[in-house]
Amino acid sequence: MKTQWEILVVDDEEVMRESLVAWLREDGYGVDSAASGNAAIEKAKEKDYAIYFIDLKMPGGIDGIETMMEIRKFHPDASIIIITAYATVDTAISAMKEGAQEYIVKPCNPKEISILVERIIKVKNLQRENMILRKKLTRQYSFHDIISKNPRMHHIFELVQEISSLKSTVLIQGESGTGKELLARAIHYSGDRASKPFIGVSCAALAETLLESELFGHEKGAFTGAVAQKKGKFELADGGTIFLDEIGDISPKLQMDLLRVLQERSFYRVGGTEELTVDVRVIAATHRDLSEAVAAGTFRDDLYYRLNVINIQIPPLRERREDIPILVRSFMERLSHELGKEIEDITECGLKLLMDYNWPGNVRELENAVERAMVTCKNAVLTDEDFGFLEQNGSKKQSWNVPDNLPLTDVEKQVIAATIRRTGGNIKEAASVLGIDRSTLYEKIKRYEIQR
Amino acid sequence: MRKVYVSPVGAVGGEMMTMIARHVSELFGFEVERYTSFPEPDYALDGRRMQYSSTLILQNLAQVCPPDAVRFLVVTGADLFIPMVTFVYGQAQLSGRVAIVSLARMAQEFYGLRANKELMIRRMRKEVAHELGHTFGLVHCRDRSCLMSLSTEIPQIDVKSDDFCRSCWTVLEEELMKLRKERKKNKVVELRR
Repeated sequence: MKTQWEILVVDDEEVMRESLVAWLREDGYGVDSAASGNAAIEKAKEKDYAIYFIDLKMPGGIDGIETMMEIRKFHPDASIIIITAYATVDTAISAMKEGAQEYIVKPCNPKEISILVERIIKVKNLQRENMILRKKLTRQYSFHDIISKNPRMHHIFELVQEISSLKSTVLIQGESGTGKELLARAIHYSGDRASKPFIGVSCAALAETLLESELFGHEKGAFTGAVAQKKGKFELADGGTIFLDEIGDISPKLQMDLLRVLQERSFYRVGGTEELTVDVRVIAATHRDLSEAVAAGTFRDDLYYRLNVINIQIPPLRERREDIPILVRSFMERLSHELGKEIEDITECGLKLLMDYNWPGNVRELENAVERAMVTCKNAVLTDEDFGFLEQNGSKKQSWNVPDNLPLTDVEKQVIAATIRRTGGNIKEAASVLGIDRSTLYEKIKRYEIQR
Repeated sequence: MRKVYVSPVGAVGGEMMTMIARHVSELFGFEVERYTSFPEPDYALDGRRMQYSSTLILQNLAQVCPPDAVRFLVVTGADLFIPMVTFVYGQAQLSGRVAIVSLARMAQEFYGLRANKELMIRRMRKEVAHELGHTFGLVHCRDRSCLMSLSTEIPQIDVKSDDFCRSCWTVLEEELMKLRKERKKNKVVELRR
C-alpha cells in the first residue's frame, strides 16, 4: 500500500480534477482535491501533501504559479507539479523558475503520471529515511542528554565515565551555556551515587549570609527570621553529590568555610555548635578562569587546588561547530512536542546561518534561538529568515573591543593558542586558518610556549 | 438477490457480452445478468479528441445503476479518455459499484496489425477483472504479473497473468466475504417480512 503519502489535486475544472483524483487513488495514494488556488492554500495550511498537482490556468481566481508560491511560503520543500494545457516553453520555464519540481502538458501519456509520482515518492521516502537515520545518529552522539560528536567532548565523556565512581572533587570550567550542570549531572548519574541526591546550588545567585545558610543550614534563632532549624544543601546531599555552580563568585569567608568542608568533610550549621560530618562528592563549576583569580589574589589558592583535583574544560560551541546541526535537530524534535508545533526540518540556508554565528551564549543560546524561531515560524520548515534576529545580534557582537595596554606579541600568542584549540590541535589546519606556513607556526608555538 | 449486471454501451457483440458475463461470474462468484443496452454515449464525445470521456460515462451510468446491483459493468467499443491522459483502457469507481471497459485498444487492428480475436478476448478478460477489482477496493499492484498491475501500454496487459496475486486475492476475498454476509443478512430480513 502507498497510502502513507497524500496528494492534492488543484483544478477549477471538475471533470479534469475528479478524473485525476480517481487515477491517483487507483494508484493507491490518498488524494484530496481543491477547485481553486485559494481553496488549495487553505488545505495546504492544514496538511502538508507529498505532491501538489496544480493547473496553471484557473480563471476567476489566482493562477497555478501564484498558488504554488503561496503554498511554498509554508511548505518550502513541497513537490509541485504544474499542469499546463499550453505546451509553450515559456510557461514551463516560468513554472520551473518559480520552484515547480515538474510540469506536465495535458493530455499526457498515461505512464508519465505514474512514473513522475513514483519518482517523487521515492525521493520523499529517501528523505524520510534520512531523517530517521539522523535521529538515530543524534541518539548515538548523546551522553546523558549532552549531544556531541566533537573529539574533545568525547574525551570528556570518557573521562566522566572513568571518574564517575570516584569521590574526587571535580572542577568544571567553561563559558556560560556550555552545559556545566548537565556534565555535573552526567558524572553523578553515571556513578555509584546515582541513587542518592544530586543537589545544585548557584553560588552567584545568593548574598553571602544567605548562601552560607543555604549551604550549611542554620539552627533555630541563628538570625532574624530563622524560626526553625533548617538543613543545608551539604546535609541534603549526604551520600550524593553537591554541585556548586559559579564557585568563582563566592566571598573569601565562604571560601574558607568550603575549604574546611573539603578538607575535613565536616561543618557547623549557622548558629550551631554540633559538628556535622557528611559523605558528599563536590563538583564545582565556573565560567571564570580560576587560576587568574588565584594569581590576582581574589580566590584562595588552597581552595583552588582542593577543587581542581579533576579538571574538565568544556569547549565553547564556536569551537565545536560540527555539533550545531545535531543539536538543532535534537532541540527541534523536543520542542515540536513541547510547543505542539510540527516543524520537521531546517533548510540548508538556515543551518548555514547557525553554523556561521559566533554563539557567545553557547548551547543555551542556540536552544533559545531554536525555540524562538519555532514559536514565530509559520511553516513546517525553519529557514534562515526565522533566525533573522540572530544576524542583528551577531553583527553587533562580532566587533572586537581591543583591550587597553595589550602588546602585539600577546595578541599573537592568544590568537595562535585559540586557533590551535579550535582546530583540536591540528597544526596543518591551524596554520591554514592563520595564513602562515607550518614551520612558522611551530616556531611561534615554541617561542610563546603554547600548549598544544 | 443481488447480482452483477453487465451492459454494452454502443455496438458490442452479443457473443462478447455473454463471454464477459461468464468470466465475471466464474471469477467473482456472483450471479451475472445482462442489462439494458445503452446507445453510443454522444454526450461524452470530445469532438477535438474524437474520444469519449470515461468520467462522464461513469457519472451517467451511476445514475441508472440497477438498485440491486452488486456491481455494474459496462463494456464499450468507444475509445475512452480522461482529460489528463491521452487514453484509458477503462475506469472504475474505487470501492464503488460502476466500472467501464473499452475494447477499442484491445484489438490488434487498432495498432495496424492483423486481427487476433483470441488475443483480444484475453486482454478484455484481464481488463474487466482489473476494473472490477478497483470496485472491490483494490489499488494498483507492484507485481507485474498480477491482474491489478497498472497497464498503460498493451504489452503490459499481455504480460499479466489471468489471476490476482496472493495479497490482492486476500483483500478481494475479504471484500467478497463481506458482500456475501450482507447478502445473507438481507435475505433473512426479506424472509422475516
